[in-house]
Order: sequence, then C-alpha cells, then structure tokens
Amino acid sequence: PLGLALALGAFGLIVALRGNASPLLNTIGWTESRRAIVLLIGCGVAAFALEHIGYRLTMIALLVFMLGVVERKRPLVTLLVAFGFAFISYFIFATQLNVQLPRGPWGL
Amino acid sequence: MEGVLGNLLLGFSVALTPSILAYAFVGCVIGTLVGMLPGLGPLAGISLLLPATFGLNPIIAIVLLAGVYYGAMYGGSTTSILMRIPGEAASVMTCIDGYAMTQRGRAGPALAIAAIGSFAAGTLSVIALMFLAPTLASFALRFGPPEYTALLVMGLVVLSYMSGGSMVKTLTMAVVGLLFGMIGIDAMSGYTRFSYGVIELSDGIGIVPVAVGLFGLSEILLTAGQPTPPPVQKPTLRQLVPSRDELRLSVGPIARGSVIGFLIGIIPGSAHIISSFVSYGIERRMSAHPERFGNGAIEGVAGPESANNAAATGAFVPMLALGIPTSPVTAVMLAAIMVHGILPGPMLIVEQPELFWGFVASMYVGNVVLLILNQPLVGVFVNLLRIPYSYLYPAILCFCILGVYSVASSVVDVWIMLGMGGIGFILRKFGYDLAPIALGLVLAPMLELSMRQSLAMSGGSFGIFFERPIAVTMFVAAGALILLALKPLVFKSKDWRAEVGLDEQG
Repeated sequence: PLGLALALGAFGLIVALRGNASPLLNTIGWTESRRAIVLLIGCGVAAFALEHIGYRLTMIALLVFMLGVVERKRPLVTLLVAFGFAFISYFIFATQLNVQLPRGPWGL
Repeated sequence: MEGVLGNLLLGFSVALTPSILAYAFVGCVIGTLVGMLPGLGPLAGISLLLPATFGLNPIIAIVLLAGVYYGAMYGGSTTSILMRIPGEAASVMTCIDGYAMTQRGRAGPALAIAAIGSFAAGTLSVIALMFLAPTLASFALRFGPPEYTALLVMGLVVLSYMSGGSMVKTLTMAVVGLLFGMIGIDAMSGYTRFSYGVIELSDGIGIVPVAVGLFGLSEILLTAGQPTPPPVQKPTLRQLVPSRDELRLSVGPIARGSVIGFLIGIIPGSAHIISSFVSYGIERRMSAHPERFGNGAIEGVAGPESANNAAATGAFVPMLALGIPTSPVTAVMLAAIMVHGILPGPMLIVEQPELFWGFVASMYVGNVVLLILNQPLVGVFVNLLRIPYSYLYPAILCFCILGVYSVASSVVDVWIMLGMGGIGFILRKFGYDLAPIALGLVLAPMLELSMRQSLAMSGGSFGIFFERPIAVTMFVAAGALILLALKPLVFKSKDWRAEVGLDEQG
C-alpha cells in the first residue's frame, strides 16, 4: 500500500505538471451536475431507507420521487410504474430466484 | 483422433436426448435472466441452482449448471451493451464500445455479435479442451506465484499501454484501483486494513458496486441532466442484424479473443478476468483505426466477449483433467459433480467416459442452445430502448440498487456504488479512463498475494522473478511495452496515440 500511495503521488505530480496540455477547467460544462446531485441524494435516502422500510416501499418511494418530482410525470403513470416495478421485481428476484431482499414493518 | 471422435459421439448420444436438451434450454434461460441482474453473475446463478440439482442424474445436473453458466455469461453482456451496467468484471470492457454502439442505434448488431462471438469462442474452446486438456493442464500447473505475479503485472501494463487516453492518467487510475483492492483482510497476515471500523469493508470492496457505480450510475448522472434527453430508438428488423462490414471486422477479434481467452483461462487463479481486458487492448492496438475504440467499434465488443467466454471454458481444463478447481465457478461445478460421488481428475475420462464426454458434448449443445435462444431475444432486448429515457433511467437506477444489494445483502455496497457513481461522474468530466480502476481492484488481492507468496518462497529475494523462464518472459514483455511508451519522450517521436489522432492530454 505504501508503494502504491507513493506511485499515486508521483503520477498525480506528473498530471499536475503537464496540466497545460489539458483543457481549461472553465471549458468543461457542468450543466448536468444539479440533476446528478439530486439523483444521488435521492438514491442515498433510498439506501438509508432500504433496510428500515423494506425493498418494495423504498422502490415505490424512489420511483415516485424520480418520476413524479424530478421528471414531472403524470401521477397515475408514476404510481403505476412505481408499484409495478416494485412488486414485479420483488416477485421475480425475491420469490422466484430466492434473492434476499429486505422486508419492511408491514411485510412489504 | 479417431478415439476422440468416437468418444465425442458417445458424448453426443448422451447430450442430445430430449430431456437433456430441455434441461440445457432451461439452464440457458435461467442463466440469461440471472446474468442480466448486476451482482447475480454465473457464480450466484450456479450456487442458487446447485441444491436443485442434487436429486437429478449427474449428467443432467452438469448440463443444467453449464447452461446457467453460459447463459449468465451472455446475460451480463446484455445489460453492459444496452445500459452500460457491467454485472461483473468480465463485462467491463464490453460496456465501453457496446454502449457506444447502442447510442449510435446499433444495439442489435452489438448484441448479435456478442452472441456469435460467445458461441464461436465457446465452440473453439471446447474443441481445444477435447484435444489439449491433459497437455495444457500440466502446462498450467507450471504457473506458480512468480509466474502469476508476472502475468498480472503484464496485464496491467498491456491495458495501460493500449488504452486510448494518456498513459499517465491510465496508470493513475490503475493505482487507484489497486489501492481500493488493498481494503479488507490481508490474506497473508490476517489483519484488517483500511476498513476504519466498518465491518462490511473487512471483506474488501466488491467489483460489482464499483463497476456498476463507475460505469452505469455515472452514465445516468451524465445523461439524465442533459437539456435534450437521448432519442427513443425504434430499430427496424434490418438494423438488428449486423452488417457485412461488421461481420467482417468481427472475425479477427473473435478468433484472437478465443485463443487469448482460452490460454489465459486455463491458468489457475482468477486470471480469466484479465482476458477481456487484454483482448480489448490488443484489438485496439491492432486496429487500423484505434480512434474508433470507445466510440462504438464492433471489434471492442467481439474481442472481449469472445475472450471472456473462451476463458470460461478454459477454466474447465484443470478441473476436468486434474480435478483442480481454478476459479469459484469451477469450484461450485466440482462440488456439483462430487455430490453425486464422482471424483474429477485424470481417471475421470477412463472410469466415467459417458460423464466426461457427455459434459464436453453438453458444452457444444449449451452453446448452440444459447445462440438459438438469444438471436431472437436480441429484438426483445432492444425494445427496451423504445422506452423514453425519462422512464428508463429511474428504473435502471432501481435495478442497480437491487442488483448491488443482492450481492451480499449489504447496504454498504449500495453506498459504495453511489460513491463510485459520483467519482465516476467527475473523473469522466476530466477525461479519465475508468476501466483501469475496475481492473486494478480485481487484480490487487491476487497480485499482492502472489507477490508475497513468491517472496516467501525465495526468503524475501526479488531474484525469484528473474529465475523462472515464464515469469522472465512476461516481465520482459511488460518492460518492452513501458520502454515503447517512454520512446516518444526520449526521441521526440510520436506516440501511437498521437499518430492516430488520439493526442495525449496531461
């Protein structure tokens, strides 16, 4: 690990020294970053909730957030996709393929 | 030769019975489904199905498990190509050009070539396995820790030299991957390193959360926020079939990938993982237009997919010929055979010819069944792209969480995936190649263990790496590649990247 850390430092130094060959920082567009942060936060909350409220409720909440709040889809479509994905994926992977997925307080 | 053909006929008489064909078909379907979920690769598929085979006759059990194995290998490439989600290390290279082809509306040909390449490589490897198993198995046993260390170092150098971007950046990423691979229990001393009290990190960081985060999640983060979403694709039947040019370009990579994959696959340990990386690097270097790689070159799908499948078959050589499992998958397959009271090894061919040759024939059958099954499915899978991206990416995100969680039922893995997604997003913005991180992570534990075993063998002397012909040859090859990379700096000549328009960026 020490050797690797030293190598990483050396490579980092070379990259920094050759920085003039790279594109300027302000030429890199960051237009997607706002949506990216929102999605990462949404997924982070889902990861936290997964073992507390169960797989199906978490997936429903995450999909409702992404489709309904982020993408502004119609509520009926959002609910259909959210419930459909959560229950069908649970049936295929947990029931049929015996993948261990967490259940919430109401067995969901 | 006649003896082999006679034995093969015996094998086919076993493998072509309707019940065995039905089990091969079922195995391939289950395997394809399982392989499509990131995290549930061939190992998980076979392990899940193993208890169900206890009551079956041994040939049916092996045919079923071989079907799952092949199906899962192919299923992993489907999500790599359509969604840029590699379910395992072997699919990492496929997702680079496979997904680029999908973005250009060529998902159908990419999937078809992946299936054809897998079939061709699987078939060629089985032929090699039939004729060369005993000879190759004894060669493979000459690979001790020093040779293994040399092979892994060479794999890293080959990838770095042949990657399209800056070699310094590629090596930096490889070192980052190797450092990630240092997390967890030190196999030699038993001490836990860099886990900072997180128990789940004691086992190290898995490749699935890292690969899904770096490739799949970062792609979603980059694409979902764009002002104009990717267009919905409605491919016609003609667009699902590879063009004559694509088929012509794929022949060489499939042949080379098959040979490279098979030879790497027979080496004990998990060396088969690097076969797809090495194949991709070689195809890029051999191509007349290496600048196409990364932007949807069909060779970038054909080579790694073939190598990956050939390596999977190659891994059976030491298992069948010597009774030595060389990877986790072959270990589970070995267990499936031993449950039925059969001991694989040199005597298996003599004592149980119908089982050995039935197994070999079932590998042919499995390959054919998979090809027949998957060619029509290409159209079905490609229909996923008809879903508008605003609906598709939330489902893919949920799919990633489901897949990553299912690997070890661990939320920490989901956190790692999210972290890697954020890191991948930033690194791609700065033009860093992400594949070396995945390769470094996979190779780190093997590289460290083999290096320390070598040093233990020699009493701490590095001379052991220069006393053994195979290791020396590979170190010389790696050194030559490094010198080639340094040549432009010393002689002010052009690097191969600059010659083809892939100018280095610092």
